[in-house]
Amino acid sequence: MQVRIPTPLRSYTGQQKAVDVDGSTVADLLDALDARFPGIRFRVVDEQDRLRTHMRVFVDQESVDDLSTPVEGAQEVTIMQALSGG
Amino acid sequence: MSDRAGDVLLVGTRKGLWILRADDERSSWTVSEPQLLGHIVHHAVLDPRDRRTLLLSDRTGHLGPTVFRSTDLGTTWTEASRPPAFTTGDPHGRSVKGVFWLAPGHADEPGAWYAGGSPQGLFRTEDSGDTWAPVSGWNDHPLWSKWAEWPIEGTPDGSMLHSVIVDPRDPSHLYIALSGGGVFESTDAGSDWLPLNQGLAADFLPDPDAEYGHDPHCVRLHPLAPDRLYQQNHCGIYRMERDEGKWQRIGDNMPRDVGDIGFPIELHPRDPDTAWVFPMDGTDVWPRTSPDGRPAVYATHDAGVSWTRHDRGLPDRAWFTVKRQAMAVDESDPVGVYFGTTSGEVWASRDEGASWTSIATHLPEIYAVEHAAPADL
Repeated sequence: MQVRIPTPLRSYTGQQKAVDVDGSTVADLLDALDARFPGIRFRVVDEQDRLRTHMRVFVDQESVDDLSTPVEGAQEVTIMQALSGG
Repeated sequence: MSDRAGDVLLVGTRKGLWILRADDERSSWTVSEPQLLGHIVHHAVLDPRDRRTLLLSDRTGHLGPTVFRSTDLGTTWTEASRPPAFTTGDPHGRSVKGVFWLAPGHADEPGAWYAGGSPQGLFRTEDSGDTWAPVSGWNDHPLWSKWAEWPIEGTPDGSMLHSVIVDPRDPSHLYIALSGGGVFESTDAGSDWLPLNQGLAADFLPDPDAEYGHDPHCVRLHPLAPDRLYQQNHCGIYRMERDEGKWQRIGDNMPRDVGDIGFPIELHPRDPDTAWVFPMDGTDVWPRTSPDGRPAVYATHDAGVSWTRHDRGLPDRAWFTVKRQAMAVDESDPVGVYFGTTSGEVWASRDEGASWTSIATHLPEIYAVEHAAPADL
């Protein structure tokens, strides 16, 4: 599954804009990302497994906040930063 | 060759870290390029034990909080592999929004540091900031939610735990301060805690003798007189002789038209009777800018019995705000005193506060100024 990476997180991915990782849920993909790019998950998800206030995850075009959301059949998952002020 | 690279100021801002380096006379300072530009840096502290390990609290407008480490004064940074975090499944549902305060541990515990968080958690590392663990005796204390006013978090930018102090005689003797919540003390390395707020005013609480709920802004312990604590509180300036167990309002000795409201307080490294504060306006709607727009540092040399105004070199009119981590002292003789403003200026005195010079301007909002004397790299 291709996961698109926003600019604030590209320091973790070596500036890659998208990476391919395996998993059947959003949580799986984030775990797989963290295994390849240590630390990336905690910048997106807090210690109670909640998406951080100013981060968003889209499965295709659908915004999700439940990390157990399945990704089977989706074309891509996009991590985006939300508006957060100046 | 000296093993000392000279005086350095670590300036944490809302938009990154700047490092200011002094010449040998501390008369000229160079300002670095920004490091971690755009990152919110509440605190950056060099380990005084090895004078190489630099820890920096970090978050951004989007990303969660973490700690970065550097052993080359910021040339390269490494992120903590396990940043400060509450326990997953925490009964209060807490997650760290920001690491607000960093404090090196006891001299006999190299690699140990404490971190104070927002919300008001306490965390400890034993490997120089690579992996952090919650201090369960505080975070899971049965009275934590009362002491920390959870989940109200009345402080405008969120509640924060700060002023983590380790008794230089005893690594198990700790003090912490909560904004809001008060000062707390542990004598068993953080397993249990008791409030330490007797004598403090809290004009925002109905009970004038409340045991907790106060708003300490900055608490300092003098390393050469470790039974003496100073505090700049929301409601004034205080000193405590620990055996008395009661805070005395030494700010009552400040000029009435200036008052004793502010955020930072700093202590002379060799004289326990000398301290500096930066008063701000606590009248009316609490502007918390220099009273009457006339900025000054006030110093006491008799433990708060009297205060001396120092404004030579400072602007005649300016509405400075100085946050609680944004004042610092060095260890030279005479002592250098420094402060940073929310308007992005850094001011320095190399004569113990008597006269002041601007050493940096046009920085972002300054959250923290820490002095460091790094080992020669």
